Amino acid sequence: MAGFPYFPQTDEDIRLMLNRIGVSSLDDLYADVPADYIYKGEYDLQDAMTEQEVRSFFEDLASRNPRLTVFAGSGAYDHYTPSVIPYITQRSEFLTAYTPYQCEISQGTLRYIFEYQSMICTLTGMDVSNASMYDGPTAAAEAMRMAVVSGRKKGTVLLSKTLLPHVRRVVETYSRYYGIKTAYIETLSGQTSADGLKELLCSGDVAGVLVPSVNRYGIIENLTGFADMIHEAKAMFVLYCDPSTLSVLRTPSEWGADVAVGDGQSLGIPLCYGGPYVGFMSCRKEYMRKLPGRIVGQTKDAAGRRSFVLTLQAREQHIRREKATSNICSNESLMALWVTVYMSLMGPEGMKRLNDICFERSHYLYNELLKTGKFREVFPGAPFLKEFVMEPLTSVSGLQKRLYDAGFFGALETEDGYVSFCVTEKRTKEEIDRLVATING
Amino acid sequence: MKYYDKLIFELSRKGRTGFSLPASSSDSIGTETLPAVLRRSSAPALPEVSELDVVRHYTNLSQMNFGVDTGFYPLGSCTMKYNPKINEEIASMPAFQGLHPLQAEWTTPGAKAVYEGMDRALAAITGMKHFTFRPCAGAHGELTGLMIIREYHISRGDLKRTRIIVPDSAHGTNPASAAVCGLEIVEVKSNADGLVDVNDLKPLLDDTIAGIMMTNPNTLGLFEKDIRRIAELVHEAGGLLYYDGANMNPLIGMVRPGDMGFDVMHLNLHKSFSTPHGGGGPGSGPVGVCARLVPFLDLCVSGFHGNFGVILRAYAYILMLGKQNVGMCGKLATLGANYIKESLKDLYKLPVSSICKHEFVFDGLVNDGSGEGKEGATTLDVAKRLLDYGYHAPTIYFPLLFHQSIMIEPTETESKETLDGFIEVMRTIAGEAAANPDILHGAPHNTPIGRPDETLAARNPILKYQDGCDC
Repeated sequence: MAGFPYFPQTDEDIRLMLNRIGVSSLDDLYADVPADYIYKGEYDLQDAMTEQEVRSFFEDLASRNPRLTVFAGSGAYDHYTPSVIPYITQRSEFLTAYTPYQCEISQGTLRYIFEYQSMICTLTGMDVSNASMYDGPTAAAEAMRMAVVSGRKKGTVLLSKTLLPHVRRVVETYSRYYGIKTAYIETLSGQTSADGLKELLCSGDVAGVLVPSVNRYGIIENLTGFADMIHEAKAMFVLYCDPSTLSVLRTPSEWGADVAVGDGQSLGIPLCYGGPYVGFMSCRKEYMRKLPGRIVGQTKDAAGRRSFVLTLQAREQHIRREKATSNICSNESLMALWVTVYMSLMGPEGMKRLNDICFERSHYLYNELLKTGKFREVFPGAPFLKEFVMEPLTSVSGLQKRLYDAGFFGALETEDGYVSFCVTEKRTKEEIDRLVATING
Repeated sequence: MKYYDKLIFELSRKGRTGFSLPASSSDSIGTETLPAVLRRSSAPALPEVSELDVVRHYTNLSQMNFGVDTGFYPLGSCTMKYNPKINEEIASMPAFQGLHPLQAEWTTPGAKAVYEGMDRALAAITGMKHFTFRPCAGAHGELTGLMIIREYHISRGDLKRTRIIVPDSAHGTNPASAAVCGLEIVEVKSNADGLVDVNDLKPLLDDTIAGIMMTNPNTLGLFEKDIRRIAELVHEAGGLLYYDGANMNPLIGMVRPGDMGFDVMHLNLHKSFSTPHGGGGPGSGPVGVCARLVPFLDLCVSGFHGNFGVILRAYAYILMLGKQNVGMCGKLATLGANYIKESLKDLYKLPVSSICKHEFVFDGLVNDGSGEGKEGATTLDVAKRLLDYGYHAPTIYFPLLFHQSIMIEPTETESKETLDGFIEVMRTIAGEAAANPDILHGAPHNTPIGRPDETLAARNPILKYQDGCDC
């Protein structure tokens, strides 16, 4: 069509094609639609823009978002993205492919998913990973459903009160309609209470338990004894993790968890206002056939060449329909590639050093903030890695406004009225000092 | 495409690095100071590779992949249209990528304008009132839409409506989403014309029915002509109508689901609105509702605000379309599908011969070459042979209404020459099948690998790399 770059048909093409079909106009192709359903008005859209106008339009919108230096986490972390990653993920052979149904011409996608699964397994210590989920919270919700489906007639799941609020909310939404009862495990000194857990497990109706590895206060939870208690009650132990921290922290497998879930965003995916991110889910072998979503497996072709295919598909919606383990179809494949390239670049050494830098700088900020006299410690001595909370002694909104005016986003208010700060390796000592100076006024 | 056999783990050499981070100072405190019980016992087995190793490895992997930018991708129900490059640039603007999802709305006016603009545009195109953008894919949108339907009934105290009608031609995600939403599935049959059988529907409608999920045009690419009657019947029975937007492309600029009586719908921005599929996501499945369901729209089904990066791309596409071009999108998609159908129906069985919309379904070859102890060529064989000729295969063995389904969807971004090339190859393959189906049985011959042993993969699952194993 003349003047529009995405429609290649010339008037002559259209005429010839209509001839072959045996109709005289494009409108005749809609003769099967009742006439009053054909929209006769003008669509309430703006005038078509040129590419240059579209670019200016978005440059203008983008300029209305002030660029802030991020000192907040709570489920979305401002880690550095190596330039190699977008370069690779923008390769159109990856970008413009569909789900790898035709494996003979999709070995690129299938291989990186296999590598992704392998990396998630080594980070979590689990046996099996799927090919990705939408995000961390939906992965958690699906894990809770998996627990109930596997948990023969038991209908309750336990959620720790120390889980991030957005995780709890999504699990609540899924549970409400699937018909899962939720109960909350109390908090003790900023951590999931073992006694609280024990008490709730006594009901005998618990199919699954969801606890964070690093919680909403930034505290690294000590889960000693949890697995035994949960397994004694014949429930599934699901751990919600920040995968970036798993390169140094005790793994879900070492804690005795059955399933590990979380958001891969911390593996170098830009904040991007909340998405696209990538949820991950991995589990012990015995739950392999209960996993939702795609799984890639290794096999051979007739010539003996190592080949990769979508496998164990009898779990999935296109085969099992309503009996599938989940309704998930499209997942976050390209973002799985994103974090796979990230982990390849970082390696075990880079992941370790990254966490050391986060650890050192966040502890530096913690101590500097205490010195301002404007905060009180909430959980003295509790171990944290890159994120922590403090009790503000001044108005939170005033504090936030002052930070915003100085170009910072931080002091996120928690449900308990504390403020949280997060320091990634992207935050320099100079930025930290400037943040503290701003707070000092 | 050439076969490349490495996995990134096999390039690993101890001590090699691909990262660039500040060195730790000698007096620094690190994670070793954490209590031992909180630390992992050994480092993860991630590869140790250089930056060039990474770049070359993934570049080699990409060359074993086929995308829309590689060639024609007539995958039915997937709407593999061209993904404009400007959209990628917009989604990667730092001022969008740097936004934290928990920032207060008053600090993100640019993002707010994107959501508001998209809401208005999608409402205009679909005839719905408002959209939520939190669902991250089509099936996620279905689930969200069904939750809204359930919430509507619950809010009225109408608690026994826990069953949902799904046509036998529906995408597999429909019944699966309904099950995840805690609904019982009631199947309605298709009639000989491939449409929902109104007579089969009537007796199913009682006061336990929450609603019906419809795909219109359906998965045979046929417009559900009786939609007015169906909408009346379902509404009279107290149910709601859900529109599966997977097949919205032919209706863009022509017909609005809201006008047909649908109460809830989702769109696949990665189908109808040109965002790239990324090898299986990220997608975006915004859900739109009619006015009376707006109070139930704000469901927390994902972590933050949905896949903002995908929404940005779709918005850019809609701005390019504008009111001047939107009217041609569906028409040209429909033109291409009918053109292919009419050009091949002498060689491939066409179970329903009426005008199709954006896609249509063949039921295998007219002459599959079988006879005298020879096995005929199947739909799988045709699909694999297409790969040899440089085309992606159509969707196969779906819908389940036929045994040899081949579902073809060309989209409006493909030229007549491209369609002619595809038609010619499909005719060649039909000729090969008639003369010697063995050529097809052995296909593909020119791809990086031949048909892999899927039974072996399922029987002996190797799902991760293990050093030293027979990988």
